[in-house]
Amino acid sequence: MFHGLDLDIAHLLAGSLVLVSFMLLYQGRLLGVINIFAFHAWVLAAAVAWQAFIQGAPHLYITAAIALLFKGAFIPYVFHRLVRRMGLHRQIETVVGIGLTMLLGVALVALSIVIILKATRNTELLLLAREDVAFALSVVLLGLLMMVTRRNAVSQVIGFMSLENGLILAATGAKGMPLVVEISIAFSVLIAIIVIGIFLFRIRERFDTVDVEVLDTYRGEKP
Amino acid sequence: MTAYLANTAAWPLLLPALAAVLLALVGHYRLGAWINVLISLATFAVALSFVVWRPAPGIYLRVDDLNIFLIILNTFVGATTSIFSKDYIGHELETGRLTPTFLRFYHAMYQLLMFAMNLALLANNIGLIWVAVELATLTTVLMVGLYRTHQAIEAAWKYFILGSVGIALALFGTTIVYLAAQPTFGEAGLQAMAWDHLLAQAASLDPTLLNLAFVFLLLGYGTKVGLVPLHAWLPDAHAEGPTPISAVLSGLLLNVALYAVLRFKMILAANEAALAPGPLMMMMGLLSLGFAGLMLYRRRDIKRLFAYSSIEHMGLIAFAFGLGGPLANFAGLLHMAMHSLTKSAIFFTVGQISQVKGTQRIADIRGLTQSHPALGWALVLGVAAIIGLPPFGVFMSEFLLATATIAAQPWLALPLVSGLLLGFGALVWRLQGLAFGATEGPHVKAKASNFPIWSHLSLVLVAGIYLPPPLVVWFQNVAQMLGEG
Repeated sequence: MFHGLDLDIAHLLAGSLVLVSFMLLYQGRLLGVINIFAFHAWVLAAAVAWQAFIQGAPHLYITAAIALLFKGAFIPYVFHRLVRRMGLHRQIETVVGIGLTMLLGVALVALSIVIILKATRNTELLLLAREDVAFALSVVLLGLLMMVTRRNAVSQVIGFMSLENGLILAATGAKGMPLVVEISIAFSVLIAIIVIGIFLFRIRERFDTVDVEVLDTYRGEKP
Repeated sequence: MTAYLANTAAWPLLLPALAAVLLALVGHYRLGAWINVLISLATFAVALSFVVWRPAPGIYLRVDDLNIFLIILNTFVGATTSIFSKDYIGHELETGRLTPTFLRFYHAMYQLLMFAMNLALLANNIGLIWVAVELATLTTVLMVGLYRTHQAIEAAWKYFILGSVGIALALFGTTIVYLAAQPTFGEAGLQAMAWDHLLAQAASLDPTLLNLAFVFLLLGYGTKVGLVPLHAWLPDAHAEGPTPISAVLSGLLLNVALYAVLRFKMILAANEAALAPGPLMMMMGLLSLGFAGLMLYRRRDIKRLFAYSSIEHMGLIAFAFGLGGPLANFAGLLHMAMHSLTKSAIFFTVGQISQVKGTQRIADIRGLTQSHPALGWALVLGVAAIIGLPPFGVFMSEFLLATATIAAQPWLALPLVSGLLLGFGALVWRLQGLAFGATEGPHVKAKASNFPIWSHLSLVLVAGIYLPPPLVVWFQNVAQMLGEG
């Protein structure tokens, strides 16, 4: 049904998304993380648009457009403003060192590829979906890794959004998955951003920083 | 559009959705509170009408034996909580913890939350269930942060991050279920995500993909259920938000998330080659039970105390459904209903207590039966019910569960019963200080209506003494439907 080249390009784009996730992991500066996230969203948009083209599913172009305009342009813009207006720390505190984080990342990618390729071994699934899901799971796990290894609220949020990009990659790679889900993803991301915006402002208002570390000292359980 | 309106299944969604818009526009908080109560009661009435006139199942919405009781429970507790909330927020306004602007937002969010929970329960589409649980998470995150104190923001942030990760894993699981169904259904997208179609074709779905999906779904929705080790958000979110929200979170939202897990468990159970979901759920259930039982001893905040008790009970319910079989499923269903009613009654009581005492610290609350007899005794009865003393309904469900465990897996009865006893000991120990002894601290009179507390507790009491035969038959049918572990 699909030509070899079609699949190759789809895999190339999905694989690039994994690579960009790795780039997010080793960024030490806040503005760098935001820029790389914008790039992450562009690669996602390209991957989704390619899926729309080879599957002949025009509604996926909407998902691609949302990824490009909203996540690839609007959100990075807002975060840039946020960083400048608030004069946030430009350096990101990490919980574990960059080297160890990268090794963990590699392990997670290997894990997801092994799991997905094994789990889909006996199915009549299209090759396309198999590898796409493996890459998508890698992006999801790398996003999770980023969330747990960063202490800064902005970079945790970016980790979460890169994770959601992985989910969108999975959903669009599953051929014929109803539009309901795609709209819902866009919708939920939108709301999530509003929530995040409110929280960032509130955290700043109270603590003069967006380092989540500071929050932890206010444990609800004081003797 | 008219076809949708004619289908009464949509009404428990339309009413709260319209109310949310209306309440966002109504400026006066007292009027808002009344509209909130009236709409919640109307939604409850609609849900109750499903018993007699059950709507025909559609591709998006479906009322069946399993969700009908949860819908009724959900709208009932939603309605009583709105009554409690009406008095509660009056006090919060007086003390200046909330302002009228925030209340407008609060009421709109309350109805949006009811909408989301009803949608999750009624949805026949696994994607729609996910959207609804996500919406419910976001609205509760906003409500938990409502007081804007340090602790409230920390709690909301933690809840937001953990809840989002959970919900993201659940979406990944949902996608994989679709992938498993795709070869069977071809490209008929909607059917491949409709729960009833999936169940009917469960045997032909790909088992390895289903296994993989279930792990993600259990971890994802399990975070929302508050199962250990994914529970970290739960105590903070319960302690720092407004008490009506704690009641709704504990009594309803945890049930809704567990219900989502159950729906997927049924699909897995109907596929011979897929892994048995039971043992996973039993393990997480027992872990939650034991962990929460131990943690109860170290609580210093009264709302956190009962939040940990909720983790304990959700663990029990997960264990019951994991064990499976008619008896354990019966116990699980009964316990869902009983825990929901009892725990929300306890939170209503605790909310008033912390208002009259001006604190949530257990050490500063003493001798309630002396200073505020109605509240003090309500707390004593509520705690007696939740720790499973006869003749309350919780005793019956826990007794049934223990019996089923001894019959099926005698060794598992040991951790089960010791977990129950741990929780029992902790709550009795705390209750003594709270309810009895010399009083200290401020003597503000309680003003709120006690109707929600007593209506819940009397239902729990009645259920413990006498379950009407039609209800028993219905519980048995659903227990049959849920199948083995």
